[in-house]
Amino acid sequence: MENIKTQDPKIIAFVCNWCTYTGADLAGTSRLKYQPNIRMIKLPCTGRIDPVFIIKAFEKGADGVLVSGCHPGDCHYNAGNFHARRRWMMFHKLLDYMGIDENRLHFSWVSASEGKKFVDVVNAFTNKVKTQGPFEKYAKINKEFVINE
Amino acid sequence: MKIGVFICHCGENIGRTVDCARVSKAAGFFPGVVHSVDYKYMCSDPGQNLIKQAIKDFKLDGVVVGSCSPHMHEKTFRKAVADAGVNPFLCEIANLREHVSWVHEDIDVATDKAIDLIRFAVEKVKRNTPLTTIKVPVTKRTLVIGGGISGIQAALDVANAGYEVVLVEKEPSIGGHMSQLSETFPTLDCSQCILTPRMVEVYQHPKIKLLTYSEVEKVEGFIGNFKVTIRKKARYVDDTKCTGCGDCMQKCPIKKKALSEFDEQLTTRSAIYVPFPQAVPNIPVIDTSVCTYFKTGKCSMCKKVCGRDAIFFEQEDQMLTEEIGAIIMATGYKLYTIDKKPEDSEIKGYGEYGYGKYKDVIDGLQFERIASASGPTSGEFMRPSDGKTPKKIVFIQCVGSRDESKGFSYCSKICCMYTAKHAMLYKHKVHDGEAYVFYMDIRSGGKMYEEFVRRAIEEDGVKYIRGRVSRIYEEDGKYIVKGEDTLAGVPITIDADMVVLATAMVAQPDASKLAQTVGIPYDKYGYFVEVHPKLRPVESSSGGIFLAGACHSPRDIPDSVAMASAAAAKAMVLFGSDMLEREPTIALVNENLCAGCFYCKKVCAYNAIEIKQIKDKQGNLIKEVAFVNSGLCQGCGTCNATCPSKSIELIGYTDEQIYAEISALM
Ligand SMILES: Cc1cc2nc3c(=O)[nH]c(=O)nc-3n(C[C@H](O)[C@H](O)[C@H](O)COP(=O)(O)OP(=O)(O)OC[C@H]3O[C@@H](n4cnc5c(N)ncnc54)[C@H](O)[C@@H]3O)c2cc1C
Ligand code: SF4
Ligand code: SF4
Repeated sequence: MENIKTQDPKIIAFVCNWCTYTGADLAGTSRLKYQPNIRMIKLPCTGRIDPVFIIKAFEKGADGVLVSGCHPGDCHYNAGNFHARRRWMMFHKLLDYMGIDENRLHFSWVSASEGKKFVDVVNAFTNKVKTQGPFEKYAKINKEFVINE
Repeated sequence: MKIGVFICHCGENIGRTVDCARVSKAAGFFPGVVHSVDYKYMCSDPGQNLIKQAIKDFKLDGVVVGSCSPHMHEKTFRKAVADAGVNPFLCEIANLREHVSWVHEDIDVATDKAIDLIRFAVEKVKRNTPLTTIKVPVTKRTLVIGGGISGIQAALDVANAGYEVVLVEKEPSIGGHMSQLSETFPTLDCSQCILTPRMVEVYQHPKIKLLTYSEVEKVEGFIGNFKVTIRKKARYVDDTKCTGCGDCMQKCPIKKKALSEFDEQLTTRSAIYVPFPQAVPNIPVIDTSVCTYFKTGKCSMCKKVCGRDAIFFEQEDQMLTEEIGAIIMATGYKLYTIDKKPEDSEIKGYGEYGYGKYKDVIDGLQFERIASASGPTSGEFMRPSDGKTPKKIVFIQCVGSRDESKGFSYCSKICCMYTAKHAMLYKHKVHDGEAYVFYMDIRSGGKMYEEFVRRAIEEDGVKYIRGRVSRIYEEDGKYIVKGEDTLAGVPITIDADMVVLATAMVAQPDASKLAQTVGIPYDKYGYFVEVHPKLRPVESSSGGIFLAGACHSPRDIPDSVAMASAAAAKAMVLFGSDMLEREPTIALVNENLCAGCFYCKKVCAYNAIEIKQIKDKQGNLIKEVAFVNSGLCQGCGTCNATCPSKSIELIGYTDEQIYAEISALM
């Protein structure tokens, strides 16, 4: 594993309770190892994820944001992840406008039985965010605001 | 708020990679935390007492436990907290085991992460509100989907306990695959003889409503309170009048056009038919794809001969709705078909076995029909092509199973046993016949199973060859089977009269669609998934929906029946109480803010959002706002994310709580 201290990206993940959170539990019970940068916020369903959460995460210092829920058709709540997906497609179009590189954001499906996939997704995304370096745009804006005020 | 933080070592499980003392020390400095300790086993009695005592000593009104996954012990800790007088929903779990200590190796890194997770949880719990669980009534009726042996067993168990059952079977008769089998391993008792009485019992049971030739169209609601829409397909026969005399079938001029599903295409049947003589119910259906009346309007012979005036060409599909508390899935399996035309074939790459091309290369179920006393040959061993008695049969195991590149990576579990049975049944009737079995391994785990296979080899002289068959071709009325004996290390050629392929057991082709209708997960093969592979093997992750039999994974009859009884027991556990407790995670509308756009109503998959009218004292309508029906809301939070004015919030996962968690990152 690479030395995480060198770049130390902060990654926030918004995951649903039933699929990805449980998939991450399975990675644990299977003792699979992955990079430790990720901090998970558990929600009942990806349908609960408001795009504002993602912006907020970047604003608060995240260098990457991962969103992960049940596979299409598998949603514990029937359709929540479809709504999430639709919202995501809208949001994706706005990324550029908001100055967020699309490599800093990843949307994936990880089911409760996919511990290995969870690990692969986290590792791949962590590596990707590392190559992006720290996300400083919003932090700078925040600072400017403070000075101007 | 006064928060207590409790860090569990989980023996060595967390302690080995997380410096628990450092975590608890760091947590002590978080704003709002007044007490922080670590302990070897928080979930143990002394551990729980430690929490309870601290709640008293430090007058805590919020608790964070850093331990294993909340899916493991959230209930335990919430209960402990409640016992000490604090609302259980003011307890949050930080997952330090599955998400930290078991997945990271560096102690410093893992400890830093653990501290972060505790900080998240502390910030979240500060914004939690005391909640009470929601109580909803339970409808004590069970829906069983699928009427094979699993569905039959589950329905009988639940009904015999005194609860009503609706059994939905998509075919014209119940019975499933077991009704097609000749004799069953390991006892060789006649399948029909043990099954038919059960089928009749289902039919006559006062608590069972049997709906054959029917399918589940829609499932709404949730555990204890499902509303199910069922399509009863038109049989074109009035089931209240029909006596099952069978005159119609005899007179039906269509005799050869339709292949018998029950006899696995080895025979034909009439256009108006019952699948087999012992069918339950014994009421025919008209196959409109071959019936002359439905094609040209010219026949109606059956209508003329029916003494009961039961034929009813104008009949239409009927939609029924049923109120249901628990659902048992028992839709079984299908055999993998290697189709006639290679391009239609599901198994790619078994073209070399010539299935579909050669009439005498058959699959296991076709062999069952040939071996069955009620089958097309009345149990005489005759090969399909010319009716001759085969003197040499080759059985090939693992066709499609255990071979990812050609079919499926899993073991179908039953083929070793039924192949031994087939070879044995054959040897019992054709004494001078030779039976060869090509196998990869023999997997005969089960009571009296290994003994059964041994008997086939030792007493009945079945010849087992370890190895694969590479090719089968026809030569002078024989099927030349080319294979390899990997134990002897020699190539082997057998001139067989008949070949039987033990094709893989696979999920029903419509299983994933049904899973989506019902709302349960399925795996990549289409099998339904249990919530915990070891401790909760018959429950799906959707509350109140249970799994029985081969729809879950390949399994034989004893396993299917045991699973069905277990699923029935789970349904009855649900019926043990009149009210159900549910998590209070539901949406709540701020009526002052709500603008009445009802975007939330559009996205809610449970129709939980209603329109509420707000009126002044004179009764004039002031405005319309959203209202959440707490009985229907499942707490997904989709409405919350959709609402443009943020006037609907998911309790326990409010924007404020999530922002606090995000901010805790810094
Ligand atoms: C060749 C062969 C030989 C075998 N021999 C033996 C043996 O000797 N001993 C033994 O123990 N086991 C044997 N088995 C295994 C046995 O067939 C199964 O264990 C058993 O049939 C499983 O029962 P089930 O009810 O789960 O599934 P099934 O028998 O497949 O029944 C499922 C039922 O559900 C119905 N259904 C499917 N989809 C729907 C839907 N969407 N809506 C409504 N209904 C639906 C089907 O029509 C069917 O009636 C053998 C299997 C094969 C292939
Ligand atoms: S003839 Fe009439 S009563 Fe007899 S089986 Fe046919 S439909 Fe039923
Ligand atoms: S949280 Fe909202 S969208 Fe989800 S079930 Fe409840 S009311 Fe419907």
